[in-house]
Amino acid sequence: MSTSSDVMTPSPAVTTAAASQEAIQYYSATQWQLVWWRFRRHRLALAGGFVLLVMGLVGTFGGFFAPYAGLTRNTEYLLGPPQIPQFWDANGFSLRPFVHGVTTARDPVTLRLKPTIDPEVRRYLQFFVEGDEYELLGIFPTTRHLFGVDQGTVHLFGTDDLGRDLFSRTLFATRTSLSIGILGVFIAFVLALVIGGMAGYFGGWLDYGIQRLTEIVRVIPVIPLYMGLAAAFPREWSTTQVYFAMTLILGLVGWPTLARRIRGQLLTLREEDYVVAARIAGSTDFRIIFRHLLPAFASYIIVDLVISFPYMILSETALSFVGLGLRPPEMSWGILLQDAQNIRAIEQAPWLFIPAAFVVIAVLSFTILGDGLRDAADPYAVSGNKE
Amino acid sequence: MIRFLIQRTFGMIVTMFFVSIMVFVIMELPPGDYAERYAFRKYSDSGIQFTETDLQNLRHELGLDRPAWQRYLTWIGGIVLRGDFGQAFAFETSVTNVIGQRVWLSLAILFSTLIVTYLIAIPVGIYAAVHRGSASDYTLTVFSYLGLALPNFLLALILLYISVTVFDSTVGGLFSPTYADAPWSWAKFVDLLKHLYVPAIVLAWSATAFQLQTVRATMLDEINKLSVTAARARGVPEWKVLLKYPARLAINPVVSTVSFDMNRIFSELPIVALVLALPELGELLIKSYLDLDMFVAGAILLLLTFMIVFMNFISDIALALLDPRIKLEGG
Repeated sequence: MSTSSDVMTPSPAVTTAAASQEAIQYYSATQWQLVWWRFRRHRLALAGGFVLLVMGLVGTFGGFFAPYAGLTRNTEYLLGPPQIPQFWDANGFSLRPFVHGVTTARDPVTLRLKPTIDPEVRRYLQFFVEGDEYELLGIFPTTRHLFGVDQGTVHLFGTDDLGRDLFSRTLFATRTSLSIGILGVFIAFVLALVIGGMAGYFGGWLDYGIQRLTEIVRVIPVIPLYMGLAAAFPREWSTTQVYFAMTLILGLVGWPTLARRIRGQLLTLREEDYVVAARIAGSTDFRIIFRHLLPAFASYIIVDLVISFPYMILSETALSFVGLGLRPPEMSWGILLQDAQNIRAIEQAPWLFIPAAFVVIAVLSFTILGDGLRDAADPYAVSGNKE
Repeated sequence: MIRFLIQRTFGMIVTMFFVSIMVFVIMELPPGDYAERYAFRKYSDSGIQFTETDLQNLRHELGLDRPAWQRYLTWIGGIVLRGDFGQAFAFETSVTNVIGQRVWLSLAILFSTLIVTYLIAIPVGIYAAVHRGSASDYTLTVFSYLGLALPNFLLALILLYISVTVFDSTVGGLFSPTYADAPWSWAKFVDLLKHLYVPAIVLAWSATAFQLQTVRATMLDEINKLSVTAARARGVPEWKVLLKYPARLAINPVVSTVSFDMNRIFSELPIVALVLALPELGELLIKSYLDLDMFVAGAILLLLTFMIVFMNFISDIALALLDPRIKLEGG
């Protein structure tokens, strides 16, 4: 019944040495080890975590993975379709992947500049090439990029109407959108911890007042409410100021749900014997909260934080998409999607939609990861049983 | 019952009072005041010099030099007593004029969305619970995940793209061009219904995903109760057992969360409306935010919230009637 990899409560009937070894391991494991053992079995959640890890890395080292700077314009290739590296064409096979060269000509009918692909010209992909200067991790200036072509240009996701490389822009947007989500979750968490913590720990009229207040805030539709705050950002603010103001708004979007959960946890925990004992022993409120209460529900909080990520990312995307969030030249998923806002744009250039796939994948990964963590962190879940 | 009604009505009024204060604060937030924006908009192209004294006079005329609480009272008094939401300066008419018809269009979208949501979520949720662990149950779970992960406005964009490229027509708008400015008639109403299903499906997308999971979870809780086993033991046909015991109870959480669904729909409505070019409140809300036309924005925010609070009131009453376990005295 129990295999060596299973984390199970050993049945009394099992008396072999291996099983008792396992039992010792199980009973002496820390809380976090148990959580990790349960989480490891959740394949889908692991995959979600892995995807997010990759996104995070790609975002952090965006300047290295992106062949161009986000604002570099290629006027030879406006609104150009994606160039997919290939290994062979009509002229035969090549071990080194290449893209075809591009020439720009005026369309005889509409007189618009239109990029045309020249199948005779090959641009070979090269790795660790010199390119636009950027700052790795925001500190070290360098010009080294993961890949590029010897002459001409390569645009994996195509270009927008100003000829900017969509692939590079998507990577930089990933960094902005994920980092703004992280900061937003952090602010929401601090607000929730202070407000929900006070309500739950002290109870009484304070609790009542805070509860009524959260209820009223929750009645007003979230996005329209916080759009109002975003609309109030002065026009002359720099992109950095807007960025931090946005994290504040996202924090405001997220805190009521978190505060409610923290309050609920504290209300049940503060009646526990060990808390009463600590209080009788003369511990300060501060010590009781941080020494006894927080560790008791830390796992729940982590799960809630992961679950609140998708809302942050979606709110940011939605606000920036309608022009009430971050502003160009800042790059975020919502800002990139602004270009795909009208029918004409998506009809002419469907590749402008590609950033949407990143939003969907990120939100999906966070949701699945959150579900897996919740199952793993639940101490009442029977180990080894999926239900 | 009457005491219960009075209690709830009172609660509704108190909530709306606090909401109106919050909305007023948001209206006051943008930098610069109404007079400056008004003057800029009206005289920026006309070549007329606008001095600081003129600005002061305008402020006095509009009552902007009075303290905030007085302006709040004037504003809310106008709404409650005369249904007057103030001036929409971008349109140079009253807010009531601008909003007018859009309120009814928003309500039409809201109710068609709710109908689509419940028509899908309740039966499918029950089905998923009964066939728990089957392939169709897993498929539905995946769809529920997508309901959150694929935001409605992206779904709207995808529908637009498909309709343009595959069917060579657009799905935007609420009326055909012929009826857009025509007075109300039966033909216009039919035309509206023909256009309504696209925003309804788009907006129902995530609401359905959430409600489906709620119905499924409640059904799973109820389906193993002894009352169900007892009914089966008595030889009651299976479909009758399901409808009479667990399904009846699985409706309750749906009824009690109608206002949450409304909240979610209204939250997503502005952006979807912008993409699909729907002439209703949400679209106007975004435009007025971008123009800093705060009287319009405030009025819309207040109206949307009022609809939610009112629906909450209705759902409380409906729940009290539906669920005999709820004791009215407790409030």
